[in-house]
Amino acid sequence: MNRYFKTMRLFWTTSLAAEMEYRTNFLISSFTSLGNLAGSIFLIHLIFQRVPEIEGWSFDQSLLVMGFFTMLGGVANTVLRVNLSRIVQHVREGTMDFILLKPIDSQFHLSVRRFISWGIPDIAYGILIVLYAGMRLGLGPLEYAAALLPLAAGLVTLYSLWFMLGATSIWFVKVHNVTYVLSNLLAAGRFPIALYPVAMRLFFTFIVPVAFLTTVPAQAMLGRADWLWLIGAAVFAAVAFLASRMFWHFALRHYTSASS
Amino acid sequence: MAVIEAKNLTKRFRVADKKPGLWHTLKHFVNRRYRLIEAVREVSFSIEPGEIVGFLGPNGAGKTTTLKMLTGLIHPSAGRVAVVGQTPFQRRHDFLHQITLVMGQKQQLIWDLPAMDSLKINASIYRIDPVEATRRIDELAGMLDLGEELQQPVRKLSLGQRMKAELLAALLHRPRVLFLDEPTLGLDINAQASVRDFLRAYNRQYKATILLTSHYMADITALCPRVMLIHEGKLMFDGSLDALSARFAPYRELNLEFRHEIAREQLESYGEVESAGGHAASLIVPRDRLTHILDELRNGFDVVDFTVTDPPIEQVIGRLFRTGSLEAAAL
Repeated sequence: MNRYFKTMRLFWTTSLAAEMEYRTNFLISSFTSLGNLAGSIFLIHLIFQRVPEIEGWSFDQSLLVMGFFTMLGGVANTVLRVNLSRIVQHVREGTMDFILLKPIDSQFHLSVRRFISWGIPDIAYGILIVLYAGMRLGLGPLEYAAALLPLAAGLVTLYSLWFMLGATSIWFVKVHNVTYVLSNLLAAGRFPIALYPVAMRLFFTFIVPVAFLTTVPAQAMLGRADWLWLIGAAVFAAVAFLASRMFWHFALRHYTSASS
Repeated sequence: MAVIEAKNLTKRFRVADKKPGLWHTLKHFVNRRYRLIEAVREVSFSIEPGEIVGFLGPNGAGKTTTLKMLTGLIHPSAGRVAVVGQTPFQRRHDFLHQITLVMGQKQQLIWDLPAMDSLKINASIYRIDPVEATRRIDELAGMLDLGEELQQPVRKLSLGQRMKAELLAALLHRPRVLFLDEPTLGLDINAQASVRDFLRAYNRQYKATILLTSHYMADITALCPRVMLIHEGKLMFDGSLDALSARFAPYRELNLEFRHEIAREQLESYGEVESAGGHAASLIVPRDRLTHILDELRNGFDVVDFTVTDPPIEQVIGRLFRTGSLEAAAL
């Protein structure tokens, strides 16, 4: 296990070093994410100016959801997008062979090979928003701790879905569009799931589990989360992760029997 | 005990059978037709530890497919294969620790960073502790004549330096078996020679087994006492280079010097004229008719001097693949 951590550290430090060759990207991305964030906050601020709460969510509570969304978006930009869109490239350029011949888990290798700093501002802003909203809501350390489990489950779920989509590039060499659709669907996570019509709520819970990613952690912090939902989030994450591993092995079997 | 053992190794691919054009594209979309191609057919061989074997064949002969089955990247359709006593396709970690694959047209080093960074990553993946890794890097860098280059971003290296760095990265874990697919592709003559020298030295020093494919015959003649020739998926020959040219090149080169000036046309009935002009000419003639042709020439012309040589192996192989006379020659 130690070797995996050490290798990951090297992966990430070398990625950062490579990225430093193009430093201005970092600055630009921290400004654009700040701009995006300001826009979204302005939007919910506008909504809540007229009504104190919608479907049981106040402005501050909605801010929590927004904070988690921003954080997850940051994580997606830092490790998920950059690595999982690479699978395509490895297949097309044949460098997948090098990865398969390394004595280290290939799913691990593909998933954490790169690390890009552009998402770090988003992670930081997300944390700041959660802290700010938490302060206004008078939440204590216990409440913050309550969000950790569903947040971790949300991350694992997000990763697993993304990885499976990326892995389909073994068959369909161009899957950029698919991950693009996923990112856009996930954008629904910036508002509490209760704000959506019932049909969409079902879709975003069971089909694309956006609800588990941002709303459930916020509910956990507010002490409103059903035990059932928390367990659901954990089970969903575990199943998704296992599915991603099984799917990867299935995809590899295909790759290794079809490629020349 | 052989380090590589292949028995009736076979690989069939299912390829889509589609004619060009929109109509056929639509037809193909609705009703897919496939056909099976046999990329490798019942290939058997065995390689002993420490051997350097050249793997020859025209493009599409099945070389890369065979290499991929030996490294475990693809699953054989039939037959058995064992490398270092293991089944490659399982890709068990202790198997992967003992082999390496170098591909001339693909690279594993990180483009924007010094090769040293990629080497450290490999050291960590292969569980080589940092002190030992540094020692090995120094040693291999010395053999490859690499120094400062390892500290420069890979993208700034020349093709030759990059290939050497790739070799270093591929050998850091001291594999027992090296699979090299066109390791000198695109390199200039000097770089080719130094890669060759390195491979020979590495083979001697670590008793490593090397199986290499190359389009450059110079690589093969310089490195490989033994060659395997594959054509249309079938192993046509397995043996020494000399035996190869004796078997597939039943030709000799006849260099003649005449007392009088001679024209090309005058010689064409005797054999394939390679060059003719002034008093000298050179002919390619079948080995078994050599003496007969020589007698005829001496009867017909005033021959001052002559020499007989074997045509260079490059020519032999080149002719073989050009004329496609492989099957005929092998029978």
